This record gives sequence, C-alpha cells and structure tokens, in this order.
Amino acid sequence: MNNILLRVRDLRVDFGAHAVIRGVSFDLGGGEIVGLVGESGSGKSTLARAILRLLQPVQGSVEFLGVDLLKCSPKVMRAQRRGLQIVFQDPLASLDPRMTVGETIAEPLKIFESGLNASARQRKVGDMLQRVGLSSEMSGRYPHEFSGGQCQRIGIARAMILSPKLLICDEMVSSLDVSIQGQIINLLLDLQEAGMAVLFISHNLAVVRHLSHRVLVMYLGKLVEIAPCDALFASPVHPYTRGLLAAVPHRLPAVGAAAPGAPGDQAVPDLITSGCAFRDRCPYVLPMCETSEPPLDEVAPGHWAACHRSHETLNPLSFES
Amino acid sequence: MVPTLSVDRLRVSFSHRSGSIEAVDRVSLQIVPAECVGIVGESGSGKTQIFMAAMGLLAGKAQVSGSVRFEGNELLSVDRPTLNRVRGSKLTMIFQDPMTSLTPHLTVGTQLAEVTVTHLGMPWKDARTFAGRMLERVHVPEPKRRLNQYPHELSGGMRQRVMIAMSLLCEPSLVIADEPTTALDMTTQAQIIELLRAVRGEFGMALVLISHDLAVVAGLADRILVMYAGSVVENAIAEELFKHPRHPYTAELLKCMPSVTGPRLDRLPTLAGQPPRPGEILEACPFAPRCSRAADRCRVERPQLEGSSTSQAACHFPLTS
Repeated sequence: MNNILLRVRDLRVDFGAHAVIRGVSFDLGGGEIVGLVGESGSGKSTLARAILRLLQPVQGSVEFLGVDLLKCSPKVMRAQRRGLQIVFQDPLASLDPRMTVGETIAEPLKIFESGLNASARQRKVGDMLQRVGLSSEMSGRYPHEFSGGQCQRIGIARAMILSPKLLICDEMVSSLDVSIQGQIINLLLDLQEAGMAVLFISHNLAVVRHLSHRVLVMYLGKLVEIAPCDALFASPVHPYTRGLLAAVPHRLPAVGAAAPGAPGDQAVPDLITSGCAFRDRCPYVLPMCETSEPPLDEVAPGHWAACHRSHETLNPLSFES
Repeated sequence: MVPTLSVDRLRVSFSHRSGSIEAVDRVSLQIVPAECVGIVGESGSGKTQIFMAAMGLLAGKAQVSGSVRFEGNELLSVDRPTLNRVRGSKLTMIFQDPMTSLTPHLTVGTQLAEVTVTHLGMPWKDARTFAGRMLERVHVPEPKRRLNQYPHELSGGMRQRVMIAMSLLCEPSLVIADEPTTALDMTTQAQIIELLRAVRGEFGMALVLISHDLAVVAGLADRILVMYAGSVVENAIAEELFKHPRHPYTAELLKCMPSVTGPRLDRLPTLAGQPPRPGEILEACPFAPRCSRAADRCRVERPQLEGSSTSQAACHFPLTS
C-alpha cells in the first residue's frame, strides 16, 4: 500500500468490565475499499465508532492522515471529521425528522464551509441529491416522505457533501431490498473511482465480495483474518472465515443448502481468559489452542490469519461436523 | 386431497387519505399437505399480509374479501373462539424477531407450556415436561435449564429455536415462517434453515417460508411464489424457477443477487425504478413500467397466472427457456 490513509494500532475498547475490542491493528490505503465482516457482537460497529472517536478507546492509536485522532485536541478532531464520515445502519433513525432533507445535507457545509452563501449551498445540495440518484426538487421534503432506500441515499449525500477521504459504512445495505442494494453499491463504486476510501462493515459476504479490495474478518473483538478479497473467498485460512463462507446460502437448489458453517454461538468475551477465542466452535481445535492465543501471522503476501494451524492445508469439507 | 391452505381471490386493502391501498390484490394460492412453499418479494409486496389475513392478525382497519380455507374450513368469516382453536395449534406462525414475539416477563417454560395447556388441556406439570422434550427436539442445549430462563437470557438463534419449538407443540398441519432468519447472523441463519429442514422431515407439516431473500428460500422450498405489488407474478417448482424464470421480474431479481461464487462484476446489475404504490395499477401489468419487454398490451390488460403445472407466470410475454 503506497499511501496509508488510516493506521489503526492495538486499539482496545472496554464497556465497563467487558473488553469489546481486544487489540485491533490494520491499515487502510487512500481510495481503497476494505470490507469488515463478522457476526453481530464481534465488535464491528464499536470499531467504527472508536475510529471516529464517538466513544473513547482505552488504548491504542488511530492515525488519520498522520494525525492521532485519539490524542488530538477537540478542535483538531473536528477539522479531521471533515475527511472522515460515516453512514449508519438505520437510515431513518439517523436523519432528523424535523429537518428537511435539504437542511440535513446542507448542515455539514454550514459548519465546514461557512464562506458559502445560501444559494451556492443550495446548488451543492441539489447536485449531491442528483449524484445519489434523487432529484434536487426533493430537498424541501422531510425524511418520513422517503422510502428506506431513499433515506439511505440521503445519509450518503450528507456524508459525501464534504468530499471525505474516507467513508465508513456500517451495515449500510442490510435494510434494503436487493434491487435497491445494487444501486447503493454501484454508487459507492463510483465514489471510490473518484478517489474516496471506504470501510464497508457488513455481514453480507456476497456484497462485501463484489465491493472490496481487501477484507478484514473479526471475531470477538479481534481480527482473525486479513486478506485480499479474491484470496479470502478462494482460499480462506481461518476456520471461522471458512465457517462464515460455508454459511452463505447458495442460490441454486442443485447446489444444496448451506452447510451449518460454524456450529454453536459466539462465546462470551469475558470467558476468554487464555487461548484462541474460537476454539469452542472450531472443528480443527488442538490442545495448544486452549492455552496459547494464536498471533496474526502472514501466511501469504498480504494474507494474515490468527490460527495455530494456518500453515497447514486443511480440508474444507471436513468442516461439516 | 383437501389442500392444507387454499387462498382464493384474496384482497386486503387499507383505506388511506389518498384512497384505498391494495396490499394484497386478488391472490389465489394452494398449499398441499407436507409441502414447503417459499414466498418471496420485496418489502411492501404483500407477502406477509396474505398470512396475517389467514391468522386473523390484520390491523383493524383492513378490509378483506375473498376466501382463505384451512383444511377445508373458511377462516375469514369464522368467529373468534373457532379461530383461536386453530391458530397456535394446527396453524402456527414464526415471526422475524423472536425477541418481540416472546413475552419478556414469562419464562420460556411457562410460555411453551401455556400452548399445550390451552389447546390440549394438559396439566401444567406435564405441559412443562413436554415443553422440555420439544426444546430437545429442536436442539436447544440444556433444555431443562432453558425452561427457567427468560427470553433476554437467550441468544437470537436460541430464541428462534424456542419459537420453532412453540410452533410445533400441537403437531401443526401448517407452519408459517415469516422472515425467520432475517434478524439472525449468517452462521445462525444456516443453523435455523437446517433446523427447519429437519423438523419438516420429522413432523411432516406443510411449511410456508416468507423471505425477501431468494437464497434463503432456495435450499428449502419445493415451490416458490414470487410476489410483486400485491400479486403473485410467478409460481413455479423451485428448481424450475432458478433455472428458467419465466416472469421478467423474477429474472431481474435473480440477476440482482450478488453471489459469493462466480465472476466479480464491475457493477452490480440493478432494477431501475420503484414498484408502484399498492393499488396504483389495477388494470395493467404492475411491472410494466420497469419491464424491458413491456408492450402496449401490458399497459392495458392485466396478465393472469398461466403456464404448466410446474411453472406459471403472470406475463403476456413470458421468457422462454
């Protein structure tokens, strides 16, 4: 990666006595789309919020364009936010019901580009609405007048109006129907081609595959696999990643249904005192997994996995327990 | 053979200040014993409302006409006590969100036992034992302990297993599962689909699987009904539907589904436009405004479901294989 936009190192977040993010490190390059996958409760959304300093991590660093966001002053943080925007999961809940769509999208401009006069602002808002596939006449309407997919576009328009360097998308398409999902994904691809980087959080692996350059797999507050997108789907290394892939329902009945990918439920983080957090669900478990926690090792160029058996060739079919 | 469920020209409409909204528009369908039928469609297509009508769970202001017969007996005009004998025992429903469909202040054991106490007149003590055995049959670990737990103490997947156990207590003839895996993680979703497949084999009931996700339905359903704007546009044997979709909408939906296999595309295919508001198009093909094959006839004459016994489409110009 030649230009690193975001550098996260050993990030830790606690909720009271619960360790929710247990040491996460990764880089994200300019114009790169990185997918972040994992089950609910794995800490995906918490990681997004910690990067944006919407909650305070207990340890680690988040460098964005060379500035450590966790240590900088509120004033500097505010300036950084201009380049760092987020689109939330629930489109309707993340819009103020009493503001027109135009006011919502114009608000970041009022804060960061106070030199603009009202008509220039309006023009920018109108252009942005068109870019996300809505019409500029809609700017006078309120969020409740729009469908879920349209509200999601409004959230994107608000995030995009300042031309951020990095957009964090937290389960952005989960609530949308397939036909609309494609439109939103294609919009993201257009924006990426214009130079924006994306951290795309989703549990929908098929969407992540189509969109991402690289994928991060998270389990119980840690990254267990980092890989280029094609490598991850073609030859996943971590048993948890294999389980996730096996659980994706196949589309043709002839292929048969998905094998139960990872049996059991995610463990409770507090119960992991030593060893690998995935060991209770892992079909490849060894005695050493009980006691020693596997480090994130590079198994192929750019492909990292945290598994004691990552250097073995494991037969994927034996996963069906 | 008497069909398990027979819906004939069902109409469900809601009056609205801008006129009447036809949520379900003259839908007819039949479900035979032990059959698994998938109902797919985007949000607002009316797929849930058909079965809410059957269960007598429609909102008070809904206007219903047509007929819904369960094992030969009309459900729409039936009195409340008769309906209450059928629903929850022989005709049961599993909802999307098991947290809100279980009562938060009663233990799992009490909620399960109540079903057989009410419908079968079992003494409470026996009903609890029976409930524990049913939990075991749906692979809930430590069933005895679960009986004393409250819904919030269980994971999402476990709660959905409890809902499935509840739906099976009185040996139903038909279970309606409405988006049973939508609120769950990918790995849990695969487990629940497997469980539904297993209980179908074990209990031999008919199963309706409602989902917005064709992939979820694909592995389980014998037959799939595709809904669009309140009506059934295609009704086909599952394999046939995936291999040779006949309605252009079905074909578009299949194209829009991103997959974890096959080539990665530059852009995802999309379906332009929005579905019509329910009731907006009554005398033409509701898909015509978005259809690439639409001709003049489609804009004036509503197509009826036609075709062979394995595949029918409501289209004047169906796709041929």
